[in-house]
Amino acid sequence: MKTPIYLDNHATTPVDPRVVEAMLPYFTGRFGNAASRNHAFGWEAEKAVDEARRQIAELVGATPKEIIFTSGATESNNLAIKGVAEMYAERGNHIITSATEHKAVLDTCKRLEKQGYRVTYLPVEHDGRVSLQMLQEAITDKTILITIMYANNEIGVLQPVAEIGRIAHQRKILFHSDAVQAVGKVPVNVQTDNIDLMSITAHKIYGPKGVGALYVRRKNPRVQIVGQMDGGGHERGMRSGTLNVPGIVGLGKACELANLEMAEESRRLSHLRDKLKDGLLGELDEVYINGSLEHRLPHNINLSFAFVEGESLLMGINDVAVSSGSACTSATLEPSYVLKALGVGEDLAHTSIRFGIGRFNTEEEIDYVIRRVVEVVRRLRELSPLYDMAKEGIDLSKVSWAAH
Amino acid sequence: MAYSEKVLDHYNNPRNVGTLDKNDPGVGTGMVGAPECGDVMRLQIKVNAETRLIEDAKFKTFGCGSAIASSSLATEWLKGKTVDDALEIKNTDIVNELSLPPVKIHCSVLAEDAIHAAIKDYKAKQGAGSPVEEPARV
Repeated sequence: MKTPIYLDNHATTPVDPRVVEAMLPYFTGRFGNAASRNHAFGWEAEKAVDEARRQIAELVGATPKEIIFTSGATESNNLAIKGVAEMYAERGNHIITSATEHKAVLDTCKRLEKQGYRVTYLPVEHDGRVSLQMLQEAITDKTILITIMYANNEIGVLQPVAEIGRIAHQRKILFHSDAVQAVGKVPVNVQTDNIDLMSITAHKIYGPKGVGALYVRRKNPRVQIVGQMDGGGHERGMRSGTLNVPGIVGLGKACELANLEMAEESRRLSHLRDKLKDGLLGELDEVYINGSLEHRLPHNINLSFAFVEGESLLMGINDVAVSSGSACTSATLEPSYVLKALGVGEDLAHTSIRFGIGRFNTEEEIDYVIRRVVEVVRRLRELSPLYDMAKEGIDLSKVSWAAH
Repeated sequence: MAYSEKVLDHYNNPRNVGTLDKNDPGVGTGMVGAPECGDVMRLQIKVNAETRLIEDAKFKTFGCGSAIASSSLATEWLKGKTVDDALEIKNTDIVNELSLPPVKIHCSVLAEDAIHAAIKDYKAKQGAGSPVEEPARV
């Protein structure tokens, strides 16, 4: 077993060697521009891009023409939300999203607010899911778009996407979903999930960084968006810019592999995840699961280790790569807004760790991680005045702290 | 973020972890920070009634590695000092010694606050009329 061990597969994943192999010819021999219509180099590139479109469409129940290539999910989210807002501005100016979305969605919505759009940020329940009733109540005759993620990047919680889509369609509102964490991990189908626009990225599914896609529905309803980048009018005018052919080939291959292997892989990963969770909960007291366990990605667990600050825990398990919702690990010095939205207290948010298991993790690695985390949590609790106080029976929420 | 050698050393081998009897009149206890802010330091000093020197210092800290290192270092520096000299320890001294980056300066501020809080507690106990001559109970 080699260290460090990578358990941060929500941040990014290594590229599958089979994906690399598929991509390689498109850097050198088959380097053509897919938009070159009058020679063999262009035709070859275009053929590869078309094949990738087909592979992606097949994974998510779409048709190839509904797949628009982008530089990644941040661009896909921006393009979907701004593109719809601009296209349907005459119909209305109201957008509904949720408090636990990725910043690429939240900050896009905030920018639109500055331009005069109205945005409702739905709160989530304690399990991390939006309430369908609150969604219904938030809809107005000015609502043009609902954008709610498929699965959350921190807590892995799956939203009731199909129901949200059904509500959207009943009210003739478009539904966009940031499905970056879900595609290739759980069955995603734009037809049965009633999705009109959907963001995908390659690097979360063992493909390369810097390439993604936006699904844009062409039938029932036919969705139109205004391109946000001016240029050569690629991707039927929705996204100008020379196509990243090797990247696109990689995204296609990654989708094909996911399609073939997802069922078996998700069984294996949920077994490893449960082993990790049960191992840690069995060995340590005062460990809390953040978010629904039932409606959750198979490879995610997010735990709060009470009385142990997250960054100090990461420092202790320095041969295991995970991430924390602690303020000390974020650029903003604020603890995770996702956990806050769940109603997790800031004290516990500071102690949270996200584990994301991936295709290349082994059972041996999970055993090692359990041992390391248990050892370091115990050591840091010996160092924690809060653990002392809790053991003495002091209710920490009743203490008047000298906040600074 | 990379940690300095000294932060890593204090994190891996924290000095003077533990608890002193907070009811001992020669012991001053300072607890600063809040769980919601992600760091809580408890720092204690024990002052020798005859020599007036800090003969022992202990800490426990909930916080990031830099917070643990700052309080560990503070206990090292406190030992052997008079209370008045201890008040001269500045957060900037801790920043320099541990090479703390700007985002971690608040950890050193917290350690300085903890020193002051512990000394304040000790002085309050002394002022409250505890006989200084009485040998400290351990």
